[in-house]
Amino acid sequence: MAELLQHLLNGLVLGGTYALLGIGLTLIFGLMNVVNFAHGEFYTLGAYVSFAALALAGIDFFAALVVAIVAGAALGWICEVLLLRPLRSESIDTTMLVMIGVWIAMQNAELLGWGGVAKSIPHPFPTAPLVLGPVAIAPLRLFVLVLAAALIAAAWLLTQKTKLGRAMRATFQDRDTAALMGVGIGRIHAATFAFGSGLAAAAGALLGPIFLVYPSMGDLASLKAFSVVILGGLGNLPGATLGGLLLGIAEELGAGYISSGYRDAVGFVIIILVLLLRPSGLFARQERIA
Amino acid sequence: MTRADGWLLAAGALTLPLWLQSPYHLHVAIMAGIFGVLAMSLNLLLGYTGQLSLGHAAFFGIGAYTSALLTLKLDWSFWPALAVAVALAALAGFFIGRLALKLRGAYFVLVTISFAGVISLVSINWIELTNGPLGLPGVPAPALGPWSFRTKTAYYYLVLAACGLSYLVCRRLVMSRIGRALVALRENEPLAESVGVDVTHYLVLAAVVSAAMAGLGGSLYAHYTRFVSPEVFLFTYTVTMVIMVVAGGKGTLAGPVVGATLFTVLPEALRAAASWQWQMLAYGVLLVLLVFFLPRGIVPWLARVMAGSQAPAEPDSPTIRR
Repeated sequence: MAELLQHLLNGLVLGGTYALLGIGLTLIFGLMNVVNFAHGEFYTLGAYVSFAALALAGIDFFAALVVAIVAGAALGWICEVLLLRPLRSESIDTTMLVMIGVWIAMQNAELLGWGGVAKSIPHPFPTAPLVLGPVAIAPLRLFVLVLAAALIAAAWLLTQKTKLGRAMRATFQDRDTAALMGVGIGRIHAATFAFGSGLAAAAGALLGPIFLVYPSMGDLASLKAFSVVILGGLGNLPGATLGGLLLGIAEELGAGYISSGYRDAVGFVIIILVLLLRPSGLFARQERIA
Repeated sequence: MTRADGWLLAAGALTLPLWLQSPYHLHVAIMAGIFGVLAMSLNLLLGYTGQLSLGHAAFFGIGAYTSALLTLKLDWSFWPALAVAVALAALAGFFIGRLALKLRGAYFVLVTISFAGVISLVSINWIELTNGPLGLPGVPAPALGPWSFRTKTAYYYLVLAACGLSYLVCRRLVMSRIGRALVALRENEPLAESVGVDVTHYLVLAAVVSAAMAGLGGSLYAHYTRFVSPEVFLFTYTVTMVIMVVAGGKGTLAGPVVGATLFTVLPEALRAAASWQWQMLAYGVLLVLLVFFLPRGIVPWLARVMAGSQAPAEPDSPTIRR
């Protein structure tokens, strides 16, 4: 029983960051109709920027986190304006090819810049775990969980309570009508892409100190983000949150009770099964697949 | 391309080992041939049905592993092992086709990626069968009666034959009713369906043939390098195939062959100047540039340039956006 609870807790920590990844991707996918295969690269970018800020520039851990998020959002903005804006009237397959190109280019640029050797991000938290009844959690992991929850809440407030969020939701529902009502679609797209990329960078900077940082870490992150989007339904923010937690827990349980070698297979199997059996996602109220 | 050009090209390919003295150059030619088969295989899906498979390395790997395991563990000879490798890859293609082709676009891509991910994890973790990450060394060279394909020259002709066969299969398929049905699907699926094209049937057929060809490429690769490891599932292989097809010209018969030749010879020629990472970086940038500046690929572009001012430029094929 204690073991199960421990797995659930670990799954929750992992799932929180998966939710961050998934929320960014589901907004980009749902609102811009762009299949962003480079999403995981913004996750990697976040981890490396945080590492550089900490280990090379000597900034403290929390400031490095902010720098990573800003860097991710800034590059996302540039990416949208330079590459996606000119292709807005093109088909989804065209932009998908472009994002695959960005993915390969970013990953190999990181490989060239940082080398293939994995780096670890130092953090200021004590390593002794906090024991809470039957379970134990490292203070760093607790911090990651809390911050992920805070960022998810911030994303929710942004989309529900702000003017920008209302414009985003309007664009998601009907781009043309929103444009007629005076919503600047170009600005909304850029903001959405920057926001999603910033969240991905946050997830990278948060998971970086727990795991190792290496150039190809974004590949699995992309696929996990896609599993989350598919679980939660396209453009569905609460769905992505629940989907992320579900995926994190499923992976922990799979690794704990089946085989740790097949941990990453859980996400793949979820993608295949959900797409075949319930393509609109587990939590969708309406058909959301175009 | 006229008939004479075609014969000239075939003659050139057949006599290539006569003027390529260096075994290294011949090696490059063999790899170009294997990638030619793979690119033609991917083109059948991406170019003609419009569905992008980012899991094509799975079929390639299934072919490579099947062929290697049958010859190593069961002492089969190359030819039956090749046949089973192709058949098994085709079977995998059938299942993926049946399951996934209900989905389109991004969702199809995701299912193919996930499928390749699962197969790759199996190859790493099922150590009793696949020897895990260490791989399977000592895959035997093929032989036909008394002749062995151990030499590079002999293997070149084997690969050339496979390439030729794949080309003929693609040509036959594309020029037939089936090919027209596939293009009709790519351009406007609801319309094609409404005039009685059986969508699922043709898409599954394309997936099966495409997977079988990728399996053929995998088997040839395994018996050429004489070694198979989970690296055959590397995403790099899939990316290389995609670049070859998009650069050469998707939905053309010659495009994948041109793309495969270019993107095998060019990286080898640049090997001294740029490391592998630089090349992959360049691939990524190139893919972006191609989409922006040469979206239809080299072969259609060349055809237009050669037609020049005498003939009016062929109008862009209509694409229907949904």
